[in-house]
Amino acid sequence: MYQDIILDHYRNPHHSGLREPFDAEVHHVNPTCGDEVTLRVRVDGERIEDVSYESTGCSISQAAASVLTDLVVGQELSDALSIHERFLEMMHSQGRGEPDEDVLEDAVAFVGVSRYPARIKCALLPWMAWKDATAQALAQKGVHS
Amino acid sequence: MTTDLAGSPVLRPRPPVGSVADAAEALAGAQHYDVDVVRRDFPLLARTVHGGKPLVYLDNAATSQKPTAVLDAEREYYERHNANVHRGIHVLAEEATAMYEGARTKVAAFIGAATPQEVVFTKNASEAINLVAYAMGNAGASGPRAGRFRLGPGDEVVITEMEHHSNIVPWQLLCERTGATLKWFGLTDEGRLDLIDGVITDRTKIVCVVHQSNILGTVNPVADMVARAKAVGALVLLDGCQSVPHMGIDVADLGVDFLAFSGHKMCGPTGVGALWGRGDLLAAMPPFLGGGEMIETVTMERSTFAAPPHRFEAGTPMIAQAVGLGAAVDYLTDLGMDAVAAHERALTAHALDVLGTVPGLRIIGPPTPIGRGGAISFAVEDLHPHDVGQVLDELGIAVRVGHHCARPVCQRYGVPATTRASFHLYSTQREVDALGEGLLRVKAFFRL
Repeated sequence: MYQDIILDHYRNPHHSGLREPFDAEVHHVNPTCGDEVTLRVRVDGERIEDVSYESTGCSISQAAASVLTDLVVGQELSDALSIHERFLEMMHSQGRGEPDEDVLEDAVAFVGVSRYPARIKCALLPWMAWKDATAQALAQKGVHS
Repeated sequence: MTTDLAGSPVLRPRPPVGSVADAAEALAGAQHYDVDVVRRDFPLLARTVHGGKPLVYLDNAATSQKPTAVLDAEREYYERHNANVHRGIHVLAEEATAMYEGARTKVAAFIGAATPQEVVFTKNASEAINLVAYAMGNAGASGPRAGRFRLGPGDEVVITEMEHHSNIVPWQLLCERTGATLKWFGLTDEGRLDLIDGVITDRTKIVCVVHQSNILGTVNPVADMVARAKAVGALVLLDGCQSVPHMGIDVADLGVDFLAFSGHKMCGPTGVGALWGRGDLLAAMPPFLGGGEMIETVTMERSTFAAPPHRFEAGTPMIAQAVGLGAAVDYLTDLGMDAVAAHERALTAHALDVLGTVPGLRIIGPPTPIGRGGAISFAVEDLHPHDVGQVLDELGIAVRVGHHCARPVCQRYGVPATTRASFHLYSTQREVDALGEGLLRVKAFFRL
């Protein structure tokens, strides 16, 4: 489950730290284990301009946040949501998914995590936070996704 | 190991506690305690995990494994005696009732209760605590006898910062319902209660404290708490989930008013726990749940209620589980709780030594084996406990990670969660050594 890609993101997370400006900020918690993430989203029209975050937690949740930012920053909103769907699908595959590396890039390393029910929510925590923050950002701008 | 499968309601006398002869006997018992023989009674301990690795089960504060005698007792009950209790005049109903009530008698003797009627079976310890909290909440609408339990604005409930959530939340809810104030004792840096004056006052109605912390391992000074509570006429509820399975308990010696504990942590089945309450208090306490079995007479307008313990056991009870718990009590009694305690004391001391050799490991809780039991929480540098637990699991070592339903403790010590190893009567020094080696592997894996 601990592939080198995951450990690399854990040790050297990408896009970490909270940045200005942002349109929405959320704080999500994994109540069973105490993983926490504060995440900010900035959208510009239909584009994800920036995702910044601060998180405490296990290697899986930290690496997931890092991989998430690599995948969605700079993407069109519809593409980012589609990537999110593919990630969710893989995380519910119980280790049997055959993820498309062209779409999920480093996130394919998480397919092994999907065999561990207790850890799936660690991997999903930053994604849930991102989706929530994005929805709030869009609502605030009067866009209905 | 013998089990009284018929569950005959015979009180097993507990030896008196505290004499020199007892101490000598306990010592001899510890010397004769052969943990490898004990382990043969627990089928699950022989299994392997992750491709043939021997299981090292160090999550005993969460739940214990079950000896064959307990499994047999439950099976025997269902195969030969299954019927509903306290009703029906056929053979099976009478046997089932005798077995269920026999289990109550065994549990009562195990904790030194004056009579079996002081033991109420609940589904778990959380329900036992909620039973008292809700009965107190219901006291306002009950007759003058319930005055002792009545609570309102200006009254205070005292807990501690090291309680399990199940000894925090019911009291928060009770205070919200009644307008009473919740207060608590904080913790010292070493993981002990900070017993300052002024927390317990003459407005305190009940003091609720854990006997042995499930996260810190601390064994609390019950006598001191009881003295403070009695001085102001307050009741004392003791959470014995982590003490009843691991040491000899005598409620009369402890001097508390209520003791809550769970069956599954003391080698019994899940689905059964118990509330012990002083007879005069239970007799005056209003009911919690209403239903069958708990009534005296029912009319369409109102009902009167059965005497304890049945007043507090609405509906068909957990008969098979109670029978299993009775068998667990027999098992523990045959081993001898002093011998069990001595075994676990030695194991805890060894574990503290072993963990002390792991560089960067910080114990969260008392660092010495004095005044603490065999649940040891720790942090490994700034590695998240999930990662520690996952790598240990891959080595076959089962520990608990998280806040252990004691989130305020984690906040107090500035950690999001802890890794916890906890021992039981079948845990071995080899297993503790495996944990120490496993933690070195964890550190190497994450390149710390």
